[in-house]
Amino acid sequence: MHQPPPPGPGPAVDVRGLRKQYPRSPAGTGLVELDLRVDAGTVHGLLGPNGAGKSTTVRILTTLTRADGGTARVAGFDVRTQGREVRRRIGLVGQAAAVDDVLTGRQNLLLIGRLNHLSAAAAARRADELLQRFSLTDAAARKVDGYSGGMRRRLDLAAALVVAPTVLFVDEPTTGLDPQGRREVWAAIRELVGSGTTVLLTTQYLEEADQLADRITMLSAGRVVGRGTPEELKSAIGGDWLDVTLPDPAELERLQRAAQRFAAGEMVVDEATAQLRIPVADRTRALVALSTLLGEYGIDPLDIAVRRPTLDEVFLQLTSTTGRPAADTDEAARR
Amino acid sequence: MSLIATHHDELTVRGTGSALGDAWLLTRRQFWHWRAQPGAFLVGLFFPVLVTFMFGALFGGAIAGPDTDYAGNYYLFLMPGIFTMAMLFGLESTMTAVNADAAKGVTDRFRSLPISGVAVVLGRCIADMINSVLGLVLLMVTGVLLGWSWSNGLAGAAAAFGLLMLLRFSLLWVGIFVGVTARGPESVAAVQILVWPVSMLSNLFVDPATMPGWLGAIASVNPLSATASATRELFGNPGWNDGSGLSEHALTLAICWPIAISLVFAPLAVRAYRRLGG
Repeated sequence: MHQPPPPGPGPAVDVRGLRKQYPRSPAGTGLVELDLRVDAGTVHGLLGPNGAGKSTTVRILTTLTRADGGTARVAGFDVRTQGREVRRRIGLVGQAAAVDDVLTGRQNLLLIGRLNHLSAAAAARRADELLQRFSLTDAAARKVDGYSGGMRRRLDLAAALVVAPTVLFVDEPTTGLDPQGRREVWAAIRELVGSGTTVLLTTQYLEEADQLADRITMLSAGRVVGRGTPEELKSAIGGDWLDVTLPDPAELERLQRAAQRFAAGEMVVDEATAQLRIPVADRTRALVALSTLLGEYGIDPLDIAVRRPTLDEVFLQLTSTTGRPAADTDEAARR
Repeated sequence: MSLIATHHDELTVRGTGSALGDAWLLTRRQFWHWRAQPGAFLVGLFFPVLVTFMFGALFGGAIAGPDTDYAGNYYLFLMPGIFTMAMLFGLESTMTAVNADAAKGVTDRFRSLPISGVAVVLGRCIADMINSVLGLVLLMVTGVLLGWSWSNGLAGAAAAFGLLMLLRFSLLWVGIFVGVTARGPESVAAVQILVWPVSMLSNLFVDPATMPGWLGAIASVNPLSATASATRELFGNPGWNDGSGLSEHALTLAICWPIAISLVFAPLAVRAYRRLGG
């Protein structure tokens, strides 16, 4: 294995008050006072929809773009003033699989190895090692042009790992991949973390963040709207959910009105499945109250389920609840 | 223990990167491209040869009329024009390659590596200049086979070669600038079309004296005309001399124009490159 030079002191990623504005696209993708801290050896998920500022953050942290203000340190070095030291310790897997179509898979890895200043022999050894690890040995001598989407992604990931980075940035790694390709990429990222690499992952998929990330920062329109472990975030908005499915959707409205008494937040009415989803703070009490209510109305439900909220629901709550400052959730979610 | 020692070895290897060494690695990447796509490489190289035949054999008889300096051997006039045109056409390959790398994220990957930004531009620069030298040598051989020759000694020919390379060097920055800032393949295609009128509207193929006055004036001030005239002079080939300052000082202009173009476009190209993606 080829190790990067030792990191500087401090957390793997330390971002304070980062600002970036794109004068030509006022409609988003900028950043407003971003704070972010990623501890070494963890996977951090940066979660948000298109235009939330995820890629902007990654581009600033990988020295590709300059911030307008604030400070950012990666692996202990300042991205603005010590770019080269930062670049010696990071790997980047960008949104597009940044591989050279015209070259073979092996040539791609050789080139990256040499540009990382490995000797020719070391670059060759490393290329073969990575090709094997990403099951690309058979395709090694073929032009990347003919690779499948999953293969390109794997090669892309391999290219970022030629010199095992201290911090790996992965920008929407599975966008456009089929489930098979997605699983392969997830497995590769998990394996990396096992070897001590810190990963900053951006994704639009809550499932992906839930699967991979130790901690999550949720972004919306360049602002942090929530952060914490997946569990903390799920608890941060009213604990559990009660899903009750009725035999007749006509009853939904009446039940929703009555359930207001014990709902801890905004309920979701799904007419199509005749389901009412109620966020609750205390599930036992809520369950008792719901049963009483159903008994009063003489409704025999098809199904009642108690469950943890999905990150989708957390995200919707955090972004749609107006008047709820982001800082509140930050503090609640922070240990 | 041995594992740690190995790490240490690799560490020292990683330290020794120079901008020139990195640039050379990226130049070699271009060689790999040529080897992987011999078709595209050869088409790019031979296209000016095709244009030589087109003008020489197809139009040459009509252009090189009996009262021209080059009656009967249009190639004496044509070849320096073709050489100059080839330098302009080189801009296309620069632009296309730069644009493709930027669009695919390959440039971003290079920029996230511990190499200097200069290395990426320099690598492109060296590769394209090598390509142009090859193309120019091929064209000179073609010219000689068709009856073109130079009569001003080796020093003159070498100076002409240098002037052509200077022009190519200045257009390199234009190519990088347009390649980085172009929105996509469409804008690149627009430039590919534009190089035709730009090369025609000059003295590369036809003496501006035969054009309507206003058109001839535009053709005469075209920087390409300066390089073509100067190289004709240096090769000892019959040329264009209308007695105006533009033709009298073609040599000076052929040096000044590329320097001016470089001074404008090199900083623009570097700036656009740094700003890539915001």
